[in-house]
Amino acid sequence: MLEINNLVVDIEDKRILNGLSLTVNDGEVAAIMGPNGSGKSTLSYVIAGKEDYTVLDGEILLNGENILELEPSERAAKGVFLAFQYPLEIPGVATMTFLKSVLNAQRKARDEDELTTPDFMRRVKKAAETLEIDQEMLKRALNVGFSGGEKKRMEILQMALLEPSFCILDETDSGLDIDALRIVAEGVNALRAKDRSFLVITHYQRLLNYIVPDTVHVMSKGKVVRSGGKELALELEANGYADYRELAA
Amino acid sequence: MPAVQETVERVKAIDVDQYKYGFETEVEMDVAPVGLSEATVRLISAKKGDPEWMTEWRLDAYRRWITMREPTWSRVKYPPIPFQDLHYYAAPKKNAAPKSLDEVDPEILKTYEKLGIPLREQEILAGVEGAGSRVAVDAVFDSVSVVTTFKEELKKAGVIFCSISEAIREHSELVRKYLGSVVPVTDNFYATLNSAVFTDGSFVYVPEGVRCPMELSTYFRINERNTGQFERTLIIADKGSYVSYLEGCTAPARDENQLHAAVVELIALDDAEIKYSTVQNWYPGDSEGQGGVYNFVTKRGDCRGVNSKISWTQVETGSAITWKYPSCILRGDNSRGEFYSIAISNGYQQVDSGTKMIHLGRNTTSKVISKGIAAGKSDNTYRGLISAHRRASGARNFTNCDSLLIGDQCGAHTVPYIESKNASAVFEHEATTSKISDDQMFYCMQRGLSEEEAIALIVNGFVKDVLQQLPMEFAVEAQKLISISLEGSVG
Repeated sequence: MLEINNLVVDIEDKRILNGLSLTVNDGEVAAIMGPNGSGKSTLSYVIAGKEDYTVLDGEILLNGENILELEPSERAAKGVFLAFQYPLEIPGVATMTFLKSVLNAQRKARDEDELTTPDFMRRVKKAAETLEIDQEMLKRALNVGFSGGEKKRMEILQMALLEPSFCILDETDSGLDIDALRIVAEGVNALRAKDRSFLVITHYQRLLNYIVPDTVHVMSKGKVVRSGGKELALELEANGYADYRELAA
Repeated sequence: MPAVQETVERVKAIDVDQYKYGFETEVEMDVAPVGLSEATVRLISAKKGDPEWMTEWRLDAYRRWITMREPTWSRVKYPPIPFQDLHYYAAPKKNAAPKSLDEVDPEILKTYEKLGIPLREQEILAGVEGAGSRVAVDAVFDSVSVVTTFKEELKKAGVIFCSISEAIREHSELVRKYLGSVVPVTDNFYATLNSAVFTDGSFVYVPEGVRCPMELSTYFRINERNTGQFERTLIIADKGSYVSYLEGCTAPARDENQLHAAVVELIALDDAEIKYSTVQNWYPGDSEGQGGVYNFVTKRGDCRGVNSKISWTQVETGSAITWKYPSCILRGDNSRGEFYSIAISNGYQQVDSGTKMIHLGRNTTSKVISKGIAAGKSDNTYRGLISAHRRASGARNFTNCDSLLIGDQCGAHTVPYIESKNASAVFEHEATTSKISDDQMFYCMQRGLSEEEAIALIVNGFVKDVLQQLPMEFAVEAQKLISISLEGSVG
């Protein structure tokens, strides 16, 4: 699914990723953990194609194709989805309007027909029910005045609608109470599939009790310093990141 | 959001310099000699078949005008306009008062087709759909009204909708009573010039108690090279009547600057309501800032009667220079004025636009919602005056004035004036200036929108409050226009 080789990334002459390599297989849920400033969010932005980052070396292969030269919208159409840590507000644009615009933009990029309105409505309704999102909320401007939990649920709703093949969850657990966390995790788990992979970025082991990963990778100072199974997350929870700061140096 | 999709396709179909409506129609023209003099004014007056009082009215204006100077207080820059090198009259020659569309020059009909004005379809539609969705078009081709549709049906309702020239001849007493009563001949440099040389425009009279059965609409179009376009519109809503009027403009591409100085006067008597909507899309100039229309317009409504209401809605996307302040004089007690505006500037466009709400009567209210969007190297100014006269007790105004910047080479300016001579007046003013953030753009693009689609979506959200004020027919067109106008604003 995704293969990252020796990725070196600067932002304003500051080295953030320093030769990072990572492989995520089809259907795999990979967790990325690591201390603040280890480059976890940068990794998610670089995969999704945000400007401001200078890629100096390495490659990101999505199903064998290097996507580094592609626009963010082209990567999205190829199946990359990033659930933002801080979802953006779009004033004046009804959530429903936004969903329809982005879904049809992706379909068009893939030479698929636009969805009919009834078909679209059916899909939204189904996804919204799973995530306990009220229909009224879909009429409001996207993320404007939404609570932290509502914003995160809206990210997962978009993920469910867009049916991406590679999903990145950037600290999706931050700012969620236990009930919201459960709803979001269930939404994510419902999307797990053979042909869909996840990169779950988190500080805490807590989220991984709900979204159980296949692999856990520890990042420090811009590279993956250790990889293991789900038990690695528990070990980190018990011992902290101190050991790994040394490893990267 | 299919409109956005369609827009993007249309945007892709045009180059930056290839203005969509940039074509000229080959129709034989009857042109007055270059320059302005008493002789030119008399010639125009004679060509229009004016009665004598009208000729004198024009000449008075001309004599006044030659003593006046162009105003310089607005935030726009342009080279001196060579008023004596302009033509002040041009009319299509083959205009022997057509009885129906079949008699109209096919070239003109073709032009309308390119502009997407389905004159024929509208006639057919009128028979099919309910009266609520009907639109009557008084098509102004260069200066002379070529064709007026739906006249018969309006006649049944007692509504007069015709060219101002025809009104001057056929409804002389009404025109004489109201023309210049809102925008006096002496009002300002451009309005005075217009008073002397206006060649055509629309006239509407809605009689007492009549709700106009359809939206009235005029499409303007500048065509002949170097011809100043001087439209004059007069709309009178008699007691208890209602009318909604739509005005849309496009102009062909050319190198030389074109002057457009229109005057629009609205009069609402007791309990009457006028809704006036504009979509302005004159040629804005090329990507280097060459060419483009100079649009110096005086629009003013007089809420003359008690409980009367005038509402202006405008979507301004075109012209190299826009100088325009649709205003309301709230004379009647309990009268209400509204101004909803979307002004978009891109490239080297300069916009100085806003409104004046003059509260004279008691318990008068006004509302101003202005959305300015500046992109490219443009300058976008909101200029507004809210004033309460001594007698205007209980006057209320709410103003909301938002600016959105795209890129870092444009400017947004807000110049609000508030004058209150009555202690009971309550005026509220809100203003914001914001930029489309890189994070918002990235968020939309991560979801699959291209850069242009993302901007169109965010901007359409920003102007939503005003778009909602437009009649349906216009709202869709306006939404497309907004996206087309912002073409090339990034990257």
